[in-house]
Amino acid sequence: MEKLENISLTGRKKVLEKKPMNFMERIYLPSIVQGLAITFKHLFRKKATVQYPEQKREFSANFRGIHSLKRDEEGKERCTACGLCALSCPAEAITMIADERKAGEEHLYREEKYASVYEINMLRCIFCGFCEEACPKQAIYLDGDIAPADVDRKNFIYGKDKLLEPLLK
Amino acid sequence: MEIALIIEKVILISVVLGVSLLTAMYTTLAERKIAGFLQDRHGPNRAGPFGLLQPLADGVKLFTKEEIIPGEANRFLFVLGPSLAMLMACVGTAVIPWGEELQIGDRTVSLQIADVNIGILYIFGVVALGVYGIMIGGWASNNKYSLLSAIRAASQNISYEISMGLSLIALLMMTGTLSLGEIVEQQRGINWNIWYQPLGFIIFLTCSFAETNRNPFDLVECETELVGGYHTEYSSMKLGFFLFAEYINIFVASAVMSTLYFGGYNFPGMDALAQAGVSQNWITLIGVGALLAKILFFIFFFIWVRWTVPRFRYDQLMRLGWNILIPLAIANIMVTGVVIWLTGR
Repeated sequence: MEKLENISLTGRKKVLEKKPMNFMERIYLPSIVQGLAITFKHLFRKKATVQYPEQKREFSANFRGIHSLKRDEEGKERCTACGLCALSCPAEAITMIADERKAGEEHLYREEKYASVYEINMLRCIFCGFCEEACPKQAIYLDGDIAPADVDRKNFIYGKDKLLEPLLK
Repeated sequence: MEIALIIEKVILISVVLGVSLLTAMYTTLAERKIAGFLQDRHGPNRAGPFGLLQPLADGVKLFTKEEIIPGEANRFLFVLGPSLAMLMACVGTAVIPWGEELQIGDRTVSLQIADVNIGILYIFGVVALGVYGIMIGGWASNNKYSLLSAIRAASQNISYEISMGLSLIALLMMTGTLSLGEIVEQQRGINWNIWYQPLGFIIFLTCSFAETNRNPFDLVECETELVGGYHTEYSSMKLGFFLFAEYINIFVASAVMSTLYFGGYNFPGMDALAQAGVSQNWITLIGVGALLAKILFFIFFFIWVRWTVPRFRYDQLMRLGWNILIPLAIANIMVTGVVIWLTGR
């Protein structure tokens, strides 16, 4: 019967053993020279660094960045303040106040109800994307940039001024 | 006449001091840049073109940081430690021959601050005193980790100084003089000592790494075991002095190695240049350049080894020093003696 140590079901098993070092290994200098050669080669390698503020790496297709509130083809706001995004939010980051569309505002809001205030607290948001999934009107997407840094906590509460897509002419 | 000599020496001292400080300053940058390159990244490149102003920025930062002296520390010794480390690092350059003679008008200016006939002993004395800075710094901090680190520094330096001295004895048997100026003169052209003393050089090199507390022998500073090392309690420029002294020590060690084993300011083909009618001053200046190039290579080598070889364990360090390097150095002396006896040189 074959010995257990020698059976390799995957064919990749390697039995390591600790042999006593021979003379060349014990004087260490050859290995040090070998190591020096390896590091020296790296002097001329291409650098892996991305020079951040000037160079930016492209995000993957499913990257979740800052939220944006969308408009439809005619530039009307899609959001109807149904509150499903706030309800689905595990971090309780979204709050809004609903309002009724007045006569003469039809070019601004798509339906009779809209969000007069829509705020996301970026300090609480965990960028899970549940709001995006919950929205029945395709009004919110996490397609923006990385959340920027700030020194004031107040500036992390994003209102419609920061979230809403600008009107395209 | 005497006044002229004093002026000449003062200028020479200022230039040498300035050059060594500048080199040490930019070695800190080179260390970080080369570390970056060896690890496939850029290193500091924001301050000025290619990060060249980084040492200045570091200096400004160290000078303007808050100075803290621990309440239980011995204030006098606490300040003395870094000062001593810095002083001892700086005075080592005095006996190194930086070049041949310059002819200015009818004056012959020797490019060596002090051609004492015990040059090597002087360097050994200074190197041995350098450890006092670390010892005092570690002791005065009143911190057990710093003290442990200082003890390590002391025992490491003592252990390696023995084999360093022994490796040099073989060299001195060959050259027959202790004066650095004469040792360099004997290596004229490419008749360098490294061809005759390769083993001695390797021992000397290893010991220089230990004496300057560089990797793989930098057990004096060890974040995992000693919090930081002998400078744990130091802040601002006093810490800066300790770190800076290390870089000046590297510069001095590189200069000594180039002088003793690689011909100092000698370069291949210098006699041919002299025969071709190039003036002595130009040959001297090229020689100074050659010495600086050798020094820069050794500084690069120090950094290169640091980012390649990991740190020794303390018992391994001691075993290497006492059980391997000292017997090797003694064997080297024996072999050198036999060769001198046989060849009658």
